[in-house]
Amino acid sequence: MVKFSEEQLAEFNRLVSRYPEGKQKSALLPVLHLAQDSFGGWLSAETMDYVAEMLQISSIEVYEVATFYSMYNLKPVGKYMFEVCQTGPCMLRGSDDIIAYIGEKLGIKPGETTSDGMFTLKTVECLGACGYAPMMQLGKHYREHLTREKVDAIIEECRSKAANMN
Amino acid sequence: MSIKLLLEKAHVEGIRYFDVYRREGGYRSVEKALKEMGPEAIVEEVKKSGLRGRGGAGFPAGMKWSFIAKPEGVPRHLVCNADESEPGTFKDRYLMEFIPHLLIEGLIVSSFALGSNDTYIYIRGEYAWIVDILEQAISEAKNNGFLGNNILGTGFNCNIHVQRGAGAYICGEETALIESLEGKRGNPRIKPPFPAVQGVWMRPTVVNNVETLAAVVPIINMGGEEYAKIGVGRSTGTKLISACGNINKPGVYEIDMTISVEEFIYSDEYCGGIANGKKLKACIPGGSSVPILPANLLLKTAKGETRYMNYESLSDGGFATGSMMGSGGFIVLDEDQCVVRHTLSLARFYRHESCGQCSPCREGTGWMEKILKNIEYGKGKLSDIDLLWDIQRKIEGNTICPLGDAAAWPVAAAIRHFRDEFEWHVLHPEEAQQRNYGLAHYADPIHVPATA
Repeated sequence: MVKFSEEQLAEFNRLVSRYPEGKQKSALLPVLHLAQDSFGGWLSAETMDYVAEMLQISSIEVYEVATFYSMYNLKPVGKYMFEVCQTGPCMLRGSDDIIAYIGEKLGIKPGETTSDGMFTLKTVECLGACGYAPMMQLGKHYREHLTREKVDAIIEECRSKAANMN
Repeated sequence: MSIKLLLEKAHVEGIRYFDVYRREGGYRSVEKALKEMGPEAIVEEVKKSGLRGRGGAGFPAGMKWSFIAKPEGVPRHLVCNADESEPGTFKDRYLMEFIPHLLIEGLIVSSFALGSNDTYIYIRGEYAWIVDILEQAISEAKNNGFLGNNILGTGFNCNIHVQRGAGAYICGEETALIESLEGKRGNPRIKPPFPAVQGVWMRPTVVNNVETLAAVVPIINMGGEEYAKIGVGRSTGTKLISACGNINKPGVYEIDMTISVEEFIYSDEYCGGIANGKKLKACIPGGSSVPILPANLLLKTAKGETRYMNYESLSDGGFATGSMMGSGGFIVLDEDQCVVRHTLSLARFYRHESCGQCSPCREGTGWMEKILKNIEYGKGKLSDIDLLWDIQRKIEGNTICPLGDAAAWPVAAAIRHFRDEFEWHVLHPEEAQQRNYGLAHYADPIHVPATA
């Protein structure tokens, strides 16, 4: 069952308090980020229903928002998600090659997750790092000026981080 | 060296923190505005400055402010648009990352001018780490009496809240942003009513870009008239340009809008020339939506005059031979780049980002991508080029918000100026898979007819 911890609940209350009385729906986008981070990196129907209940709005209001924005994952994703930009300015600096290389290295196509559940490769549209291309988003941060060597190092870094967690 | 009003202190060590920012002269404009000027005087200064919206549309900021409705007993809101998503544009990110207090300072003054006690920064969801930087700056400003209740003892109350988006280019459009701020899908609203009358929660609202609001700080400090002396014509003050693509020094540059495009590209102070010793083929000077220009029309206008980095000069010649300043996202293509492939990439972007509300945009962006894909991969027909032209014409001007226009313009400009490159793809499908069309005649001097 999904339920915010006390700490998550405090953050939920902080988010809701930023809006006028009765306009708690305004907190929906940040609350969905919180829910996604809290419950396994994606939004299940159960999670979305819980968010609806918490904000006292109907479930459909949550579904229609969750399906509109590209950052909400509606399916489980890998522990590490490589979101590689493929838009014009990144393309000019070789993003196609980087995407192909990551795919080859991990044995997956964009949109897929490795069988061990470790990595997801996703192509995304412009993330506002055009001058530092090619780039990817990894968690909360950007990895920029990507080369094949840098990609190798990032994959290694993720693997060892995961190994240390176990 | 050009004049720097926004980024002058951006690289002072520790400028991200209140104490250093304050020591360097920060928050003076708040003291001046709240203690010595009234809200109306601030709006007047911004009007006098000639400051134009830095998000892309270039609408005079002071005029936008003067439209805000003031019904009795209804709260008003200022919303800062930090949903920077136009491909090629990363200037607001730079400003927020390096000198966040400049934005907070501009927000306090602007909130006072507009009467906003709760001001929101709507920031694109992917800039997740910048949310922390902004919230840190806000809490420092609050601890030092520049935010919260009774700011500097003037009786003015103001809080600033940061809301993250979640991945949608359309939320940079102000009414879509307002919908998103209300916790809904980012579907743009039909105007009127304008946000200045009915914005967030149906209350009077002003939405301004990050750079616009930061520019209020130097305007208050130096006065609107002095600010207006910088630059040229209706391009007053300084502008942040984010330069990317095939150049030696991609990055964010503050310019005073009197330099030429050629100087901007080739000077070591800015882009430092084309990377790897290649030649310039084309450029999109103001973010992916504005018309792409071949090298010859970029550096000189159709009349053979030098083209400058300002609103008027970049748009000289209209869409037939000019482009736009837009958001200042400066994208450079070298001689090895394929205009068809690049246009396809942008078409895919707009198809992905269309909110789906208006059929010309929802259907048209998909068709444009499909047809461009055929041409790029050697399956195109010559009639496809006319079909593309026809589709973009049917999108432009027929949608609720400007995303339709933004999707149509890059395709139109690519065909207008690079039609022979498209035709070459169709006529030589196999060769086009092996090599690019190259520079061709795109940098050749344009024949200027002698005037009688």
